[in-house]
Amino acid sequence: MTFQEIAAIFIVLAPGVAAAVSGLGQRFLGDRGAMAVTTTIVISAAVLATWQFFAWSLGGQSGGAVTIVLSRWFNVDTFIADWAIRIDALSVTMMFVVTSVSALVHTYSIGYMSEDPHRARFFAYLSLFTFAMLMLVTADNFIQLFFGWEGVGLASYLLIGFWYKKPSANSAAIKAFVVNRVGDFGFVLGIMALVMMVHPVAGVDYAQFGITEFSSIKFDTVFAVIANNAPVQVIGQAAAMPIQDVTFDFLGVHVWGLEMAGILLFIGAMGKSAQFFLHTWLPDAMEGPTPVSALIHAATMVTAGVFLVCRASPLYAVADVASSMITVVGAVTCLFAATVGLAQNDIKRVVAYSTCSQLGYMFFAAGVGAYGAAMFHLFTHAFFKALLFLGAGSVIHGMHHEQDMRFMGGVRQPMIFTWAMMLIGTLALIGFGIPGTDFGFAGFFSKDAIIESAYASNDAFGPFAFWCSIAAALLTSFYSWRLMFMTFEGRYRPNPHAHHDDHAHADDHAHGHDHAHAAPKDGRAPAHESPWIMLVPLVLLAIGAVFAGFVFKPQFLTSKADAFWQGAIVREADPLYGPKGIHPYGAATEKHGATEGHAPAAEEAHPAPAGGEHAAAAGAAEHAEEHHELPLWVVWAPFVVTMTGFIGAIIFYLMAPGVPRRMAANGGPMHSFLSHKWYFDEIYNFVFVKGTAALGDLFWKVGDKKIIDGMGPDGVTGLAKAGAGGLSKLHTGYIFHYALVVLLSAVIFVAFVLFSQGR
Amino acid sequence: MTGPMILTLTTFLPLVGAMLIMGLRVVGGANMASSASKSISIVTSLVTLAASLVALSQFNPNVVGYQLVDTAPWFGGSSYKLGVDGLAISLVVLTTALMPLCILQSITSIKDRLAEYMIAFLLLETLMIGVFCALDLVLFYVFFEGGLIPMFLIIGVWGGKNRLYAAFKFFLYTLLGSLLLLAALVYMSIVAGTTDVVVLQEGLNPETGALLFPPEVQTWLWLAFFASFAVKLPMWPVHTWLPDAHVEAPTAGSVVLAAVLLKMGGYGFLRFSLPMFPEASMLFQPLMFALSVIAIVYASLVAFRQTDIKKLVAYSSVAHMGFVTLGIFSFNEAGIQGAIFQMISHGVISGALFFCVGVIYDRMHTREISFYGGLVHRMPVYAALFMLFSMANVGLPGTSGFVGEILTMVGAFQASTWAAAGAALGVIFSAVYMLTLYRRTVFGEMTNEKLFDIKDVTGLEFFILGLLAISALGLGVFPGIVFDLTQGSTMEVLRMIGR
Repeated sequence: MTFQEIAAIFIVLAPGVAAAVSGLGQRFLGDRGAMAVTTTIVISAAVLATWQFFAWSLGGQSGGAVTIVLSRWFNVDTFIADWAIRIDALSVTMMFVVTSVSALVHTYSIGYMSEDPHRARFFAYLSLFTFAMLMLVTADNFIQLFFGWEGVGLASYLLIGFWYKKPSANSAAIKAFVVNRVGDFGFVLGIMALVMMVHPVAGVDYAQFGITEFSSIKFDTVFAVIANNAPVQVIGQAAAMPIQDVTFDFLGVHVWGLEMAGILLFIGAMGKSAQFFLHTWLPDAMEGPTPVSALIHAATMVTAGVFLVCRASPLYAVADVASSMITVVGAVTCLFAATVGLAQNDIKRVVAYSTCSQLGYMFFAAGVGAYGAAMFHLFTHAFFKALLFLGAGSVIHGMHHEQDMRFMGGVRQPMIFTWAMMLIGTLALIGFGIPGTDFGFAGFFSKDAIIESAYASNDAFGPFAFWCSIAAALLTSFYSWRLMFMTFEGRYRPNPHAHHDDHAHADDHAHGHDHAHAAPKDGRAPAHESPWIMLVPLVLLAIGAVFAGFVFKPQFLTSKADAFWQGAIVREADPLYGPKGIHPYGAATEKHGATEGHAPAAEEAHPAPAGGEHAAAAGAAEHAEEHHELPLWVVWAPFVVTMTGFIGAIIFYLMAPGVPRRMAANGGPMHSFLSHKWYFDEIYNFVFVKGTAALGDLFWKVGDKKIIDGMGPDGVTGLAKAGAGGLSKLHTGYIFHYALVVLLSAVIFVAFVLFSQGR
Repeated sequence: MTGPMILTLTTFLPLVGAMLIMGLRVVGGANMASSASKSISIVTSLVTLAASLVALSQFNPNVVGYQLVDTAPWFGGSSYKLGVDGLAISLVVLTTALMPLCILQSITSIKDRLAEYMIAFLLLETLMIGVFCALDLVLFYVFFEGGLIPMFLIIGVWGGKNRLYAAFKFFLYTLLGSLLLLAALVYMSIVAGTTDVVVLQEGLNPETGALLFPPEVQTWLWLAFFASFAVKLPMWPVHTWLPDAHVEAPTAGSVVLAAVLLKMGGYGFLRFSLPMFPEASMLFQPLMFALSVIAIVYASLVAFRQTDIKKLVAYSSVAHMGFVTLGIFSFNEAGIQGAIFQMISHGVISGALFFCVGVIYDRMHTREISFYGGLVHRMPVYAALFMLFSMANVGLPGTSGFVGEILTMVGAFQASTWAAAGAALGVIFSAVYMLTLYRRTVFGEMTNEKLFDIKDVTGLEFFILGLLAISALGLGVFPGIVFDLTQGSTMEVLRMIGR
C-alpha cells in the first residue's frame, strides 16, 4: 500500500473516528477534549488532503485513478458494491475542499461556540458530517454515494436542529430532511433504473470494455457500458441491445432508459442542492449555527448534487433530454434565487439565496456539458461562500446575535478586519476581474467560464441559460453590495423592538439596553471584533477567494486539464474547452484493442478517440486559442452588468437609502412577492403538509376505524358482547373457545386423513 | 428418531424450562416460583441461544436443501420432521437471540404473576422456533396455531386497559385465517397422500411424476394460505388487529410480536405459497403488489397522525412489512434476498423501538406522545439510542433498514415500476412520521413537570439497547453475514417458481 493510499484512508475514516470518540466519549473527554480531538484530526486530514490535491494538480503527479476496497457491502445478483475509496481528480478535489473548509470551520467554531453548553455534541456532529461527505465523494459506486448522501443529510438535520429547544430550529431540521427525501425518491428510482438496465448479456465478454467484475451500480461498469454503448440484457425484455438504445415503460410512459435514469438521479441532486421546487429547505436551514451554514449549506453538502452530475458525466454526456432539463432548472434557479435575495433582510438568508443561485450556475454549466467549469465554480465558490458565511457569522457574533440588516449599519469601523474579509468575499462572489486578462478574484474565472460556456453551447436551452445568468449576475452584484452597504456603511440603526438574544439575555435588564441598543452619537455600531481564532480561518479562506481561480484555471479548464482530470469527467462535450479529453473508458478499450490485435465490437462502439494518445496530445496543444471564438460583448457582458449592479446599490443604499425603505414599507405586490420568496412555502404548506395530514386522518379515522374495524371485528365484537355475560367470563371463555377450535380442527383433520386412507 | 437432534433440542429446550417453572409453581407456590422463574428463564433462554448457535455452526450455507433434519414417523402421511435452510436458521437465531433480552426486560417490568408469565413466554419460544424448523405441514400448523395461545394470554393477562378488546381482535382475525389454512391443508394431504414439505414443494407426485395441484386448484389453495399469512404479516386491510395488540401488550410481548410473530407470515409465503403454488403466485402478483404498496403508503400516513407512541410504531411495522411482501412477489434474487433481510432487520429495529417505548412507559406509565417532550434534557443517552433506531427505521444507509428497503425496491422495479415508485413514496413518509415523533418526545423544551425527575437508561436497558444498536449497524454495514446464509434458500425458491 502506497503512502498516498494510506493518506486517503486516513482522510476519509479519521473524521468518522473523531465523531465516534467525541460523541460517545464526551463524558470522559469533556467539551475541551472533544474539541481538541475532532479539530486536531480534521486539521490533520486537511493537511494530507491539501498535499494530495497539490501533488495531483500542481505536481503533475499522474499515478492515475486508484480504488481502495475496504470491504464488500452488497453482493446480490449484479447488485454488487464495496465500501471503497476512489482516488481520482474529482474525489481529490472534493477531499481537499471538504477537509480544508471543515478544518477551518472546526477552528472557527471553537471561538463562535465558546459559550454553548453542548460543544462536544456540536463538534461530534461536525466531524460526522465531514466523514459522511468524504464517503460520498470517494465512493466508487452509486450505493456508497447514497450512503454519504443520506449521511450528510442526517448530519445536516442534526446540526440545523442543534438548538433543539427552539421550535423553529426543529421545524427547519425536519423540513430539510424531508425535502431531501423527496429528492432521494428520485435518486433511488434512478439507481433502480440503472440496475434494471445495466444487466449483462449472457455470452458477452465484458472484459473487452475494461470491466473486471460486472456490477450494475459500480461507476466503472456503468460508465464503461454507456461509453462503449455495450449490449445489455434489460430485465424483463426479450432482446439484448446496446445500452443507448434501451427503452422501457416507466409509470406507464415509454421512455429512453438512460434519459430517464439521468432525470431521476438529477431529481436527487435537485433536493440536495436546493434547486427550484426543492429549494425551500435551504433558507430555513439558516436556523443552525452559522459555522454549520458555512460548511454544510454553502461550501460542501449542497454542492453534492453538482458533484453527482459531474461524476455521472459519462451518463449525462449521452442523455440530451436529461442534460437540457439540468440546464433549464439550473438557469431558472440562478435567476429565481437572485431575485429573492434582493428582498431579504436577514444577513444569512441573503447569503443562503446567493448560494442557491450560484448552485444554479454550476448546474446549467453541467447541463451544457461544461463539467470542468461546473467543478471549477464548485471549487472557487467553496472558498468565497464559506468566507462570506463565516464573515456574516463574525458580524452576528460581534453584534450580539443580531441578524437583521435593517438594524445594523456603521459596523465597518468597529469590525474593520471582518469588513475587509467580507469585501474580498463579495468581490469574489460577484466575479470581479478585468475581462480578457488574468486579473480577477476567484469567482471571475469560474463564473465567466460558465457564462461563456452557456453562450458557446449548442444546447437548445444554452441561450436561455446565458441570458438568465447575465441577469442573475446583475442581481448578484446588486444584492451583494446591498448586503455590504446595509451592514457596514451608514449610521447604526438600533432595533426599536429591543431584540433579546441568547447570551445577552442574562444581563440585558441591568445595563444591556444602553450598551447594546442605543445608537452612539458617532453612528458606529456597538460591535466588537471577533477573537483571532475566528479571524484566522477568514484569512485562509480569503487567500482561496483571491487566488483559487487564477492558480487552478489551467488544471480545471485549459492547458493542464487533460493531465489533471485524466478522464474523471467527460470533456468531449464541453462547448468551450473541449473536445480534447481522453475518455477513460474509451481509452481503456483502445488499449485493449491495441494489445489484442482486433476487438471489432469495441472499435465500432466507440470510434471517436481512434487516434488514442496522439490525438490527445495534439488536442492539448490547441488549448491556447480558448477565448478566440467568443464575441467581445459576451466576454465583457458579465463585467458590465456587475458594475451596473454595483452602481445601483450605491445609489439605493448609500446615496438614497430612503427609497428602498419606503418601497418595503409600502409593500407593493412585487416586493411582497419577492420577500415572500414567490410564496413557495405558503403553497407547499397548504398542498403537501396539510394534505398529508388530512390524508393520514382520512385513512385512520375513516379507513381503519369506520370501514375496516366497523364492518369487521367491532361488528362481531358487538354481537359477542351482547351474547355473553361479564367481561371476566368473556375473557376465560375465549381461551376455551380457542382451545376448542384447535382441538376440533385436529380431530377433523385426523378424521379426514384416516377416512381418505381407509378408502 | 433419526438425525442430529440439535434442532429438536433447540426447539424444546424452552419448553423444558417452562415445565420446570410450572412444576415449582405447583410444588412450591406462587412466591417461590416467581423468584425462581427469573433465573430459570434466563438460563433456559441462554442455553437455547447456545443450542441455536451450535446448529448455526453446523449449518453449511453452500449445501442446497434442508439440513440438520430430524425425523420420526407420526401418523398417516405426516411425520415429525424438523430441518432448516438458510432462511429458517436465520429466523431461528433471530428468535433465540431476542428472547434473553425480552426476558431480562420482563423481569424488571412485570410485577404481577411472573412465574405464569415466564411459562407463557418460554412456551411461546418453543412454538416460534418450531414454526421455522417444521418440515411437515401438520407439524407446522400445530406450531403456527399453537403460538397464538401464549401470545393471546400475554396480551390478555398482562396487557393494558383495553387488553380484552385487543386480545379478542387478535383472536378473531387469526382464527379466520387459520380455519382456511386448515381446510387447504386437509385437502392437500388427501390429494398428495403426504404432508412432507419437501415433497409438496417439488409439487410432483413421487410415484407418477404428475403435477400434484393443477393451476386452478393452486388458486384456491393459495388463497387459503394467503388468508392466514396475510393476517399474520399483517397486510392491508387485515392489519387493524396489530396496533391494538401492540398497544395493549406488555413491552416484551410487543417486541416478540413485532420481531418474530409477524415474520411467520413472510416465512409462510416463502416456504409454502411460492414453491407449492408457483402458478397461482404468479397470478396473484398484481394483487400482492397492490396490497403491499397500499400498506406502505397508507400505514405510513396513518402512523403520522397517531397520538400514541406504540400505535405509531405498530403502523410503521405494517408499512415495513409491506416491503417484505413486495420483495417476495418480485420473484427475483434482489427482491427475495431483500425481503428476507428486511424481515431480520425489522426484527432488530422494531424490537429496539418497542424496547425504547418500554423504557419511558416503565417510568411514566403513559404512551401519549403529548405527555412527553424535551426528554433529551434528562435522558441524553436514551435520546442518542432512540435517534439511532429512528434513523434505522427510516432506512438510513449504514443501518440494516436501508439494505432491506433498497433491495426489495430494486427487485420490485424490475417487475413493476409503479410498485417501486409507490414504495419509494413510503420512504419519504417514514421520515415524516419518525422525525415528528422524535421531535415531539425528545426535542423541545421540557414543559411537563412530571418529567422533571425522569432518569436516563439503567445499565440493563443500556445493555439491551446497545446490543440491538450494534446489530442494526453491523447488519447495515456487513449485510453479507445474512446474504451468505440466505442465498441458497433464495435460489431454491426461484428454482421452484421457475420450474
